[in-house]
Amino acid sequence: MKYFALVWAGLFRKKARTLLTLASLFIAFMLFGLLQAVNHAFESGVSISGAGRLITNGRYSIIDNLPISHVQRIRSLQSVASVTHASWFGGTYQDPANFFAKFPVEPEQYLAMYPELSLSEAQKQAFIDNRTATIVSRSLAERFNWKIGDRIPIVADIWPGKNGNTWEFELVGIYDIAKDSNYADALLFRYDYFDENRVFGQGLVGWIITRLSDPNKSAEVAAAIDQMFLNSNNETKTATEQDFLLSFAKQVGNIGLIVTGILGAVFFTILLVTGNTMSQTVRERIPELAVLKTIGFTNHGILGLILSESVLMTLIGGGLGLLTAMLVVPGAADALRSLLPGMFLTYSSVLYGMLLALFLGVFVGAIPAIKAMRLNIVDALGEK
Amino acid sequence: MNQPIATLTDVKKSYRNGRHKVDVLSDLNLEVKQGEFLALMGPSGSGKSTLLNLLGGMDKPTAGAVEVAGKRIDKMNQTQLAGWRANHIGVVFQFYNLLPVLSAQKNVELPLLLHKMSAAERRKRAATVLEIVDLTDRAGHRPAELSGGQQQRVAIARALVTDPMLLICDEPTGDLDRSTADEIMGLLETLNREYGKTIIMVTHDPKAAEHATHILYLDKGRLSTEAAA
Amino acid sequence: MLAAIKQALAIAAINLGSLRNRLGASSVIVVGIAGVVGVITAMLAMAEGFQQTLEGAGRTDQVVLLSTGSSDEMSSGITRDVVDIITSLPDIARDAENTPLASPEVYVVSNVPKRTTDTDANMPVRGVTLAAPELREDFAIIEGRMFQSGRNEMIVGRSAVEQFKGLDMGSVLSARGSQWTVVGIFSTGGNVYESEAWVDATVAQTAFRRGNVFQSIRLRLEHEDAFDEFIAALETDRRVQVNAMRETDYFTKQSQALSATIRGFGFAIGLIMAIGAIFGALNTMYSAVSARKVDIATLRALGFGSFPVVTSILLESLILALAGGILGGLGMYFILNGYTISTLNNATFSQVVFDFMVTPELLLSGIVIALLLGLIGGLLPALRAARVPIAVAFRDF
Repeated sequence: MKYFALVWAGLFRKKARTLLTLASLFIAFMLFGLLQAVNHAFESGVSISGAGRLITNGRYSIIDNLPISHVQRIRSLQSVASVTHASWFGGTYQDPANFFAKFPVEPEQYLAMYPELSLSEAQKQAFIDNRTATIVSRSLAERFNWKIGDRIPIVADIWPGKNGNTWEFELVGIYDIAKDSNYADALLFRYDYFDENRVFGQGLVGWIITRLSDPNKSAEVAAAIDQMFLNSNNETKTATEQDFLLSFAKQVGNIGLIVTGILGAVFFTILLVTGNTMSQTVRERIPELAVLKTIGFTNHGILGLILSESVLMTLIGGGLGLLTAMLVVPGAADALRSLLPGMFLTYSSVLYGMLLALFLGVFVGAIPAIKAMRLNIVDALGEK
Repeated sequence: MNQPIATLTDVKKSYRNGRHKVDVLSDLNLEVKQGEFLALMGPSGSGKSTLLNLLGGMDKPTAGAVEVAGKRIDKMNQTQLAGWRANHIGVVFQFYNLLPVLSAQKNVELPLLLHKMSAAERRKRAATVLEIVDLTDRAGHRPAELSGGQQQRVAIARALVTDPMLLICDEPTGDLDRSTADEIMGLLETLNREYGKTIIMVTHDPKAAEHATHILYLDKGRLSTEAAA
Repeated sequence: MLAAIKQALAIAAINLGSLRNRLGASSVIVVGIAGVVGVITAMLAMAEGFQQTLEGAGRTDQVVLLSTGSSDEMSSGITRDVVDIITSLPDIARDAENTPLASPEVYVVSNVPKRTTDTDANMPVRGVTLAAPELREDFAIIEGRMFQSGRNEMIVGRSAVEQFKGLDMGSVLSARGSQWTVVGIFSTGGNVYESEAWVDATVAQTAFRRGNVFQSIRLRLEHEDAFDEFIAALETDRRVQVNAMRETDYFTKQSQALSATIRGFGFAIGLIMAIGAIFGALNTMYSAVSARKVDIATLRALGFGSFPVVTSILLESLILALAGGILGGLGMYFILNGYTISTLNNATFSQVVFDFMVTPELLLSGIVIALLLGLIGGLLPALRAARVPIAVAFRDF
C-alpha cells in the first residue's frame, strides 16, 4: 500500500493522456455492461420466481390455440400445484408503433401464478369484480399516461369482437414487475369477457401455464402432459418456462454471437489504445525507472510498479464504466420492457467485467513492464 | 577510523561495441578509506563513470573483485545488489533525476519505501535530511518548481535519507553555475567533515575537486595521483 | 492560399515520412476507427439484407388481400366464395389462357429444427395453386420438380433448405401431423419466399384441417395505376370484407420495424464506440504533436504559417482515419457479405432467412463516418500545435 502514491503519481504523469485513455476504457466497459444486460434479456431465461413453471403450447406451433378443457385435465396430474392459461390478443393501441403484449387471463389464478407481479389488494379486487377491467404495468401506464379509471380502446386484428373491431377496457390497476424478472410489459384483461365477446374461437386458449409442487419433477410432468394429449386433435408441447423462452430467443437469432462480435471489436480497439499508452509511458520514463533501480528497487519491484499502474488504470476506467452501466440499465430496462423484457445487469456480469478489466490491465502492462524490468541501469541512465 | 571501506582488486571492465571489444578499465586497484572524500577526475571516456558504477553496485566488473564493507558485491545477483544499494549506497546524479510527479518531500521519502518503516517515520526522516540540506520550506514543491541547485540538494537529501555507507556523486555540479556549484560542494564537504560520510565523486571541475580530501586522476583506464600532462 | 497549401503538403509529407516510427500509436487510430466502421457497417448490412429480402418480394402492380382487420397472413382467413368473387373483379391481369392472375394461398407455420441451434423454429408452410409461381416473377425450380396436385408433396425454398434440418431432396418431413415428401427446391431471386416450403393448397387445407379457407390472395393488376379503381370495385361489393394493399406496401410495413430497430441499435453502439475511438485518436494525435513539437516549431521559425501546420496534422489524422474506414468497411465486406442468418419476422411469426448485404452505399457511408472521426480527432491537437509559442517548444526540448 505504501507504493500507492508512487503508482498513482506515475499514472497521472501525463494527465491528458491518462484521462483520454480512462475515457476509452470507461466507454468500452459501459458498453460491455449494457450489452451484458441485453444478452441477459435474451439468454438468461427467467428469474427465480419463474422456476417451477411449465408452458404448454400447441405441438406444431406456439401460435396454435388449445381447448380450455386441457387446463382441467392438466390439473389432475401428480406434482401439479396450480394451472392457469393466457392467450395472445394481438391488437393495436392507437398506432402500430405502440407495440406491447395484451393477454386475456383468469385474474386470480394468473396473478397467483406470477408472484413477480405486485398489485395492491384493492386494485386486485377491482380486477376480479369488474368484467371489462384491465391492469397494466407501471411503465406502460407511464408511457401512455394512463390513469386509474381511464378507458383504453384496443383495435383487434386477430379477434374481432361482437360489438365491432374495437375492444374497450377500464383501467383498474397498475402492477409493478420485480426488478430481476423478464416479464414483459403487458395489458392484462379478463378471459371470461374476452371469450364471451369474440366472434369465433370460443373455448380456446393460447397457452397453459402449470406450477409444479416439486420443481425437480419438471421433465416428468412435461412429458406426462404431452403424453396425455398425444393423438388427440390438439397435441401439445410442454417445456419449462426457461427452455421455452430460450428457444423463443433462438428463433430471433443468435444474439449472443452478435454481442460477442461487437465486444470483440471494442476490446481489441481498447487493448490497442491502452497498450499504446502504457508503452509510451514506459518509453518516456526510462531514465526515471533507472533512477528507481539505482535507489535500490529490484527488477521485480519495477515490474510490479508498471503492472500496478496499468491494472489501476483499467480498473478505474472499467469500474467507472460498469458503475455507469449499473446506473443506466434499470432506466433502459423500463423504457425497453415492451420490446426487450428482462434487460438486467447481474452482479456476476459486473464481477466478470471487473475480472476482464484486471486481465486487460495485466495484458497491456505486461510487455512494457517486462521491458522496464530488464532495463540496464548504466544504459538507461546514459540515454539522458 | 581509517579502515578501508571499498577495495577494487585487479578490476577489469570491457564493453562490446558491435564487433569491437573496448577495455574501459584494466587491472585497476583502488582503496577508499572510511571518512574519505575522494574526487575522481579525468577526460571524457576515461572510465570515471564506469568506476563509479562498479563502486555503487550498479554495474559488475568483467574480472577482478569489488569489495565494499567486507562484502564481495561483484558476486551478488541483481536482486541482492538492489537490496545492497537500497541499504548502503546513496547516489547523486548530474541531472538530479528527481521524479517530476512527486514533491521534494516524497522524492526524498522514495528510498525509504524499500525499508520496513511507518509512514510517520518516513516523513520524519525525510524532514530531517531536508533540514540538513536547508530545504525545509520547499518540501511541498515539485522539481519543476525548484531551481537547479535546489533540485540537486533534494537529490542529495534523497541519497542521504537511508544513512548509507557510501555517497556516490556523478558530476554533481556539472549542470550548475559557479556559485550554485560552490554551494553544493560546500554541502558535500559539510556532510563529509561533520557527518563523517564517505563520498566518492566524479567531476570535470577542478574547483569542485578542491573540496575533496583526495584527488585521483583516471586516464585510459589507469589511476594516478597526478594529472596527466 | 496556394502557397499555404503547398506548405501544408510539404509538412504533411515530412510527417507522414516519420509515420513508420510511430506505427504502434498510429495503428490506434486506424484500428479504432476500423472497429467503429466495422460494427456500424455490420449492423446496417444486416438491416439492409432483411429489408431487401422482404421488400424485394413486392411488386407495385400486385395486390395482397387479407381478411379485414388483419395486417398479416397469420391472423387472416378468406373463404372460397369470397375468393371467387374477388377473382372475378375487373382490372385483374390475365394469362395466355385468359385466366385471372390470382393466387389464393393457405399459410401455416410448423416447428422445424434450425440447423444452427437444433431447436424448433417456425417455418412457414404455404399452400398454393399453380398460379402462385406466376405471381413470383423470379420463381424457378433449381433442383427436382414441382409438387403434383393432390399429393402430399412439398417443394422447399433455397434458404429454407440451408436454414432448417431435414428438408433435403427426398426426405420426408412431418409438419403438423402430416407427412410431406420433399420433391424439389425452388428459388425466387433471393427474397422472403425462399424461406418457405410450398405444398398443394387443397391438400394443405385437408391436412391442416383448415376447411375451405385461405389466408391470403395475391393478384396482379393490368397496370399499377389500376389500384384505386380495383379498390373501389372491391368496396362496392358488400359480401367482401377484405383488407387490400399493394404488395410493396405490405412488405415495407413488415420490414420497417425490425430493420429500424437493427439500424437504431447499430447507430447507438456505433456512437458509443465512436466516442471511444475519438479519445484514442486524440491521444495519438496529441502524442504525435508533442513528439514533433520541436520539428513543428522549427518549421514555424523558418517561416511556415499556422495554417499549413494545422492542415498537415489534420491531413495526417484524416489519412489514418481513411485507412481505418476502408479497413473496417472492406473487412466487413469480406467477412460478412452474403453471410446468411435467419430471424423471426414478427408480422408472420415465422423465420425469414436473409443475407448480410454490404452495399457500396454502406461502404461509402462508412468512409464518411471515418473521415468525420478523423477530423474530430485531429482538429484539437492540430490547433494546439499551431498555438504553442515557438520559444516554448524549443525550451521544452
